[in-house]
Amino acid sequence: MKNEKIKFRDRVKDISAGLGDSLKESSLWGSIFRPGSPFRKGYSDSPRNRSYVVMNNVLYHLHPVKVKRHAVRLSYTLCLGGLSFFTFIVLTITGIWLMFYFRPTEMAYVDIQSLQTSIAFGSLVRNMHRWAAHIMVIVVFLHMSRVFYHGAYKAPREFNWVIGVILLLLTLLLSFTGYLLPWDQLAIWAVTVGGNMASYTPVIGAQVKFALFAGLEATEATLLRFYVLHVLFLPFIIVIFMAIHFWRVRKDGGISGPL
Amino acid sequence: MVDIPEHLLIKTAEARAKALGISVEQALAEMKGEVEPTTISKEPEVIDVKPIEVKEAPAPAAEVKEAPAPAAEVKEAPAPAPAAGVKTDVPAEVDFAPETRVTQRLLTVVKAKPIQKPTSEPVDKVNTWPHLMLPEFISLMAMTAFLIFISAILQAPLLEEANPNITPNPAKAPWYFLGLQELLSYWDPQIAGVMIPLIIGVAAFMAIPYIDRNKDNKPSKRKYAIMLWTFFLAGAGTLSLIGILFRGPGWNWTYPWIDGVWFDDLLDWVHFE
Repeated sequence: MKNEKIKFRDRVKDISAGLGDSLKESSLWGSIFRPGSPFRKGYSDSPRNRSYVVMNNVLYHLHPVKVKRHAVRLSYTLCLGGLSFFTFIVLTITGIWLMFYFRPTEMAYVDIQSLQTSIAFGSLVRNMHRWAAHIMVIVVFLHMSRVFYHGAYKAPREFNWVIGVILLLLTLLLSFTGYLLPWDQLAIWAVTVGGNMASYTPVIGAQVKFALFAGLEATEATLLRFYVLHVLFLPFIIVIFMAIHFWRVRKDGGISGPL
Repeated sequence: MVDIPEHLLIKTAEARAKALGISVEQALAEMKGEVEPTTISKEPEVIDVKPIEVKEAPAPAAEVKEAPAPAAEVKEAPAPAPAAGVKTDVPAEVDFAPETRVTQRLLTVVKAKPIQKPTSEPVDKVNTWPHLMLPEFISLMAMTAFLIFISAILQAPLLEEANPNITPNPAKAPWYFLGLQELLSYWDPQIAGVMIPLIIGVAAFMAIPYIDRNKDNKPSKRKYAIMLWTFFLAGAGTLSLIGILFRGPGWNWTYPWIDGVWFDDLLDWVHFE
């Protein structure tokens, strides 16, 4: 009995392997995966193919084909830059999902409530979006500290540090504009306090607050303004700066070090 | 082989003349086989030719002058004989490098150094795939797992609907601004100003690489910079913690273990459903 079971399992294995082979041999499969892809038929682990894996993929070729040996040690970067980028991607995906159920009007609060109570996975996705936002602020700041402690802002990477500071500011602004969107007491008063700080700007304080709030205080006009900033304007800007940031990392000779 | 351009022949002859210390005309004549070639007195440096052959060299070459046929014998190749018979008027020289004649010589000495100067030491590198992308993938997965886990157990706060007429006490900014809010409570914000110090602070942040001209990145060589940053971290962390945990109604000092936490982001934490 036991022997027969093993035989059956082997047969299933053979059949699935055969199916996999014929699928990989098809011209459709070959057209999807470019030469050097590990998913292609006949992939073998060779230095040439290792280069192709990175070069022939639109996502992976953000990386160079080779990196410094010390750079792959987890204890050097703690993957903080990569995780900043990854939390941004998570926030983009969950954020787009949330946009389906959210109206930046007087209905905003009701929408959040129904999101939490009557929409499948609504609560989970909203929680993920909120915690990922907090994590992103923390991770970006830790990344900045890591870069400082390694002296990685020194020549030729000075300007990339400047771009990094801009990215930190944009991250804070993204988080701040998103803070208002649930339209509850926590949101409106946190943003009011933040806006009041901006109003202490000497000379043009009132104008700064007026521009930020689209009025004298946080109203539904402010909600719409923050919504557009949060889902379109600031992501648009931050993606441009991220592209420059990553590009400069490559152009300035990869990551710094070793110490 | 016969149709060698005249200027190249002359150039070769000049080089040969210079090397052997003879006149150009003589070298040219030698090359055409009209005169007996000058033997090289010095042993050439690198050449792997037996000296006996060098000595034998003049003899067949001299025969070539009279009749091309013996030259063919030397090479043990019968083919040239009929060719020579057809074109008798063409001098049957042109064999610039017969096997028995040493034609190599030292022209110049090139020092053993690279043409391109390497500006930096070669770097020890590894393939991105799999050595970098695998750890990256694992950390992404770990982050995703962590995020889903805390999102499953911690409920994001949602208070009552926004009401501009009811001001909560205390009203707190988002947590990353609470250090700043705490700092502002020490001075009258109208006097201290906010945005000017903030703008100056941000500008100073951006200017760090242009201020710190120390090229060393070893921690032991930049203690001052590390000390400053650590002070900044400690100060910002302390102010933020005070603002988050130790400030209650009226922005008065409270202890979270006595009066509770006045921070709505934390209020509903550990909320199992």
